[in-house]
Amino acid sequence: MTERITRQDVAHVADLARLSLTDDELDAFTVQLADILDHAADLDALDLADVSPTAHPLPLVNVFRDDVIGPTSDRDEVLAAAPSVEDSQFKVPPVLGEGL
Amino acid sequence: MSARHLAEAVRSGARSARSVLDEHLDAISAREPEIHAFNVVLTEEARAAADEIDRRVAAGEDPGPLAGVPVAVKDNMCTRGIPTTCSSRILEGWIPPYDATVVERLAAAGAVMVGKTNLDEFAMGSSTENSAFGVTRNPLDTTKVPGGSSGGSAAAVAAGFVPLSLGSDTGGSIRQPAALCGVVGVKPTYGAVSRYGLVAFASSLDQIGPFARTVSDAALLLEVISGHDPLDSTSIPEAPADLTSVLDRGVEGMRIGIIEELSGDVLEGIAGDVRARLGEAAAALEAAGATVETTSVPSTVYGLSAYYVIAPAEASSNLARYDGVRFGLRVDAATSGEMHTATRTAGFGDEVKRRIMLGTYALSAGYYDAYYGKSQKVRTLIVDDFARAYGRYDLLLSPTSPTTAFSLGEKTADPMTMYLTDVCTIPSNLAGHPSMSVPFGVGDDGMPVGVQVLAPAMGEPAMFRAAAVLEAAAPPGAAA
Repeated sequence: MTERITRQDVAHVADLARLSLTDDELDAFTVQLADILDHAADLDALDLADVSPTAHPLPLVNVFRDDVIGPTSDRDEVLAAAPSVEDSQFKVPPVLGEGL
Repeated sequence: MSARHLAEAVRSGARSARSVLDEHLDAISAREPEIHAFNVVLTEEARAAADEIDRRVAAGEDPGPLAGVPVAVKDNMCTRGIPTTCSSRILEGWIPPYDATVVERLAAAGAVMVGKTNLDEFAMGSSTENSAFGVTRNPLDTTKVPGGSSGGSAAAVAAGFVPLSLGSDTGGSIRQPAALCGVVGVKPTYGAVSRYGLVAFASSLDQIGPFARTVSDAALLLEVISGHDPLDSTSIPEAPADLTSVLDRGVEGMRIGIIEELSGDVLEGIAGDVRARLGEAAAALEAAGATVETTSVPSTVYGLSAYYVIAPAEASSNLARYDGVRFGLRVDAATSGEMHTATRTAGFGDEVKRRIMLGTYALSAGYYDAYYGKSQKVRTLIVDDFARAYGRYDLLLSPTSPTTAFSLGEKTADPMTMYLTDVCTIPSNLAGHPSMSVPFGVGDDGMPVGVQVLAPAMGEPAMFRAAAVLEAAAPPGAAA
């Protein structure tokens, strides 16, 4: 199919997915992900040139409803589930200044 | 006693909902420490709900078709005011501010929710060994897995803790544990049951469905939870079909195909005893007047590979929401970026991390076409092959699981070995079709074997008719 997934690839996707892996985890996940992707190599036997992709089992179209106000979640109840809240807003550590 | 008979007894006043509940709570007390089907048992809430049912019956009201029937709900369906964990540390202690639509429908039908059941974390797994809160054991042999990911819901019904439960099925997570625990499990047509309030794993594949000890009870529960829901944009607008009234119509004249790719030598690992029971099930359908023959649905063998790209890809996107900001776990750190990473690293277990990374990789620049794009095309081949097969047959047949229940720990070291247990159930999810597992005797080890009945979209009535015939003809099951 394509070249085998490398340790560097796994470190890269872990970073994209906001996961931090130890060296041992990186080793183990590299082997396991490679095994799973190797199994998917059986798809290489198929001629898919003229096949269109299916993203969803239903012929989905946009679903609209009348613009009428219905019941909504209670703000205090929603905020009560958050780890940190201030002045009716979700509170997070600093976002800027982290070199993003 | 069946759910149907319990509800009739409660509605007529012959039995109180409270006595029905207490009997089931006693069964839970006796064996739950050994089985661990539940993440939480809601003793006080259930008693209050049962007393309310009894009050309504005394006042001359009809509480509904499931009046006083104890039910268990997989712990990935939101319950207002009651923790919903997905068996993950990242949601431990989260109290949802709303009920899933299915939970509302159960309550409206008079059912009494007795607890939330254990699952593989975020429904990712085939044995319920990936739960952050400990494994669930198979009630028929506690050294064996109950299957998964809805292992708690299957075990709760098999152990007699409840006559009915709800699970969710993304690649077989209702049907496979039903087979391994010797109960009936149904994955309905995609869109037949609202997913509102079901914590998303792979949105184009996920579907909620019933577990029961009988085909008739499964039909009763499916009727209660089916139907259009404006809160789920993928909900089917048409009214659901009547199932309970068609159950005794038999299979006379039906054409049924056994999928040879999933039932014989094409795939490795379909056990001889499972194949033997499938052959006997086919003979039973033939004896009841159906035409049964082996048929080829060639692309079903590629379902597993396509699924283990598509489902992780959707999961990697769906699980991006667990960032420590709005709900669940937060591990504090100096910056938001570091907080996201610390929270997700501490909160997710290994299988969830594996699938998030697999999906992220399959969707990433340079690999999208090779993995995700190709898998979506394979999904088209499977849809087309099923369409051709259903031009010739009313229903299809296969094993549910390649083997009977395996031992705890047997497949945890190698993820790919675990994934292979889903090989027969995955194609229905990719196509959005209904299928169900019906207990049909036992394997060489005395553990239950499940036969899978597959139908085209909206084909539940014919599927249930065949399931009822199989149930009536089935050899003795495993004893708990």
